[in-house]
Amino acid sequence: MDLTVGILLGTFVLSVLALFFFIWSMAQGLFGTGQSAAAVIFARNEFGIVEDPAATAEQQGDLQQEMDPNEQYYDYFDEAMLAATRDRLAVRRRLRADADHRSRADQSSAGVVGVCLTLAVVWLVLASFAGLISSIKLHAPDWWVQYDWLTFGRIRPIHLNMVAYGWCSLAGIGVALWLIPRLLKKRLIGAKYALVGGALWSTGVFAGTVAIGMGYSEGLEWLEFPWQIDILLVIGGALVGFPLWLTLLRRKVESLYVSVWYIGAGLLWFPILFVIGNWPGLHFGVQQATTNWWFGHNVLGLWFTPLGLAAAYYFIPKVLGKPIHSYNLSLLGFWSLAFFYSQVGGHHLIGGPVPSWLITISIVQSMMMVIPVFAVAVNQHMTVLGNFRALIYSPVLRFVVLGAMMYTAASVQGSLEALRSINTVTHFTHATVAHSHLGLYGFFTMVMFGSIYFIMPRVMNWEWPFPSLISLHFWLVLAGFSIYFIWLSIGGWLQGFAMLDEKTPFMQSVALTLPYLQARSIGGGLMTLGHLVFAAHFFAMGWKFGPTRLGAALLEPSMLLRLLNKKVAA
Amino acid sequence: MSAGQSFWEMDELRLVSGAMVILSVATGALVVLPYLLLENVKPPAGLKPYTNEQLAGRQTYIANGCVYCHSQQPRDIKQAPDFARGWGRASVAGDYAYDTPHLLGTMRTGPDLLNIGARQPSKDWQLGHLYQPRAYTPGSIMPPFPHLFEIRQGQAQAGDTVVKLPPAFARPGEVVVAKPEALALVAYLLALDRTYPALPEKR
Repeated sequence: MDLTVGILLGTFVLSVLALFFFIWSMAQGLFGTGQSAAAVIFARNEFGIVEDPAATAEQQGDLQQEMDPNEQYYDYFDEAMLAATRDRLAVRRRLRADADHRSRADQSSAGVVGVCLTLAVVWLVLASFAGLISSIKLHAPDWWVQYDWLTFGRIRPIHLNMVAYGWCSLAGIGVALWLIPRLLKKRLIGAKYALVGGALWSTGVFAGTVAIGMGYSEGLEWLEFPWQIDILLVIGGALVGFPLWLTLLRRKVESLYVSVWYIGAGLLWFPILFVIGNWPGLHFGVQQATTNWWFGHNVLGLWFTPLGLAAAYYFIPKVLGKPIHSYNLSLLGFWSLAFFYSQVGGHHLIGGPVPSWLITISIVQSMMMVIPVFAVAVNQHMTVLGNFRALIYSPVLRFVVLGAMMYTAASVQGSLEALRSINTVTHFTHATVAHSHLGLYGFFTMVMFGSIYFIMPRVMNWEWPFPSLISLHFWLVLAGFSIYFIWLSIGGWLQGFAMLDEKTPFMQSVALTLPYLQARSIGGGLMTLGHLVFAAHFFAMGWKFGPTRLGAALLEPSMLLRLLNKKVAA
Repeated sequence: MSAGQSFWEMDELRLVSGAMVILSVATGALVVLPYLLLENVKPPAGLKPYTNEQLAGRQTYIANGCVYCHSQQPRDIKQAPDFARGWGRASVAGDYAYDTPHLLGTMRTGPDLLNIGARQPSKDWQLGHLYQPRAYTPGSIMPPFPHLFEIRQGQAQAGDTVVKLPPAFARPGEVVVAKPEALALVAYLLALDRTYPALPEKR
């Protein structure tokens, strides 16, 4: 026991030290604004220029007007540019050069990104139906029972795996591959490897899903795919990560932007997690349970969260034309997320037959998660602060900022749910399911929606054909998800109390959840409808439907000229 | 780290080494240490290894995803009234000595099953309940598993295990016969019995 007490004590000390370090560094003013690394995502003199490829010309204009008063960014304009203000032709030439440069970076990734995102959207639609069927089956158990592959115990893991490895992973990979050349200012090297990787990955997800449907599950949540099929995902994932490292090693930028850290680390972490978690014949009994949740929670914390945050860290400042609030705060957020998040998995086993020190470590680290969460929250929300009207004009921002807010909410809720007293109520109930959707849907999926709305016009050189469908998508999924989350949380919470009361028969804890489960199906139905709208719009764009529009508007020289004139006047 | 780079600047080397060190710490705590500590846990004297049929039934349990609604880990009486509900004493690591993959579960849409064999030892009840849960538990939301059974018109054949359904649920002229998968699953469920005393924690 001495060893375990030592480990426990060590963790406590380390965590408390980290907390003091955080406070100290805050007091030292290390988290000031204006670091040059935060500016990497902008071309020369691009500060103050909004960019939302999903916005209509009118929205784009309103958005620019909203951001115009941020005059502090005029300081970033270089002197030569200012001197040349009156020479409009020269200004245009420089802007055109920057735009061409970025356009080349975008083109280098367009093919592979387009393929990954298309596959992701297909998985999203399939996964939505699997989820909806699972949801209905919980309150209508005798519905559609003639096929074994549609039984709840198979269609539910099919839903989870399609969401996790189909939609979320492929969307995250697509977004990451698109961000890398932009962030490193270098054409994506080795895109063909990623293309093969994405195809292998998707084949693996398909095979794994069929295997679950046929009853060949490995029986562990998040690790259901048979290990033979996992090999496809491992090779596919490695091939996808390859271009990142190739491009990274030949980058043109001095500083690595915060999104690159998250993407780079995520692409390193995931294969290791996946290989250890799935290794056949290695794990046993209760040890396998701890490994299971080490994997299950890390796949969220060290794979989806980094990819989602990488996207949010890029798109929020990029759309607003305003650098991220604090570079050093993002640094702290990154390392503390990695350290604390990686050890929280044990909170899934509170009350279970696992060593108590392990659970205590996980509870402590779950609480420590408030540090990275607030670091990210302060950073991202401070960037938007004062410009919340931008959400009205920018479809991309609407999804991404809402997603970032749900990240904060999901994380705080997660920390609280790890506390023994609260966990005793929520563990084993539908409240946990609601919570996990707040993370993977409210946060990750919303951020991915926004990212895809930004990226696809650049990939296709074609604008979204029906802008009103973006709004319809947004309101359908927002309404659907609100119903889903609120009602299922309440139902789960009541279920938990009923189960804790010895005098309440167990069947009552089942019966009382029925209306909430039905509400969840309604919410899930609206979400599915929203996804169909999204997918239809996505493919309409793919087939170049809709009114003919201009090619991608990259940098709008007239906007910059207006800003420059103001600066000169001031 | 190139010259002129600040202490805070991030490069590839820091990123990779930091990320790997952190993941190693977490893997050490949540995977390797439990491995070392639990490796030598002996099965309690009262726990019997599964028979081949029970193991086949365990596969059926996995294939049909029973784990998504049923846990197998009664909690301590200090935390929750699991014992009072008849789900058994708090389980210990040794109880799972023969359980690979583990099936601890995370949901209690249905009750905990670690001691279902002791709580409901009737094979007929288990078979009928798998065929149509609502014939035995009104209000249950458990799915029926018709694919584990065969419906025969007329008489059952020699060697068939006929499911004895409550009269209200039996259809005249038809018999429901359990397939081997159903029989194996029930054999597994009946083997879920950890009512023997837990051994004291290993020193």
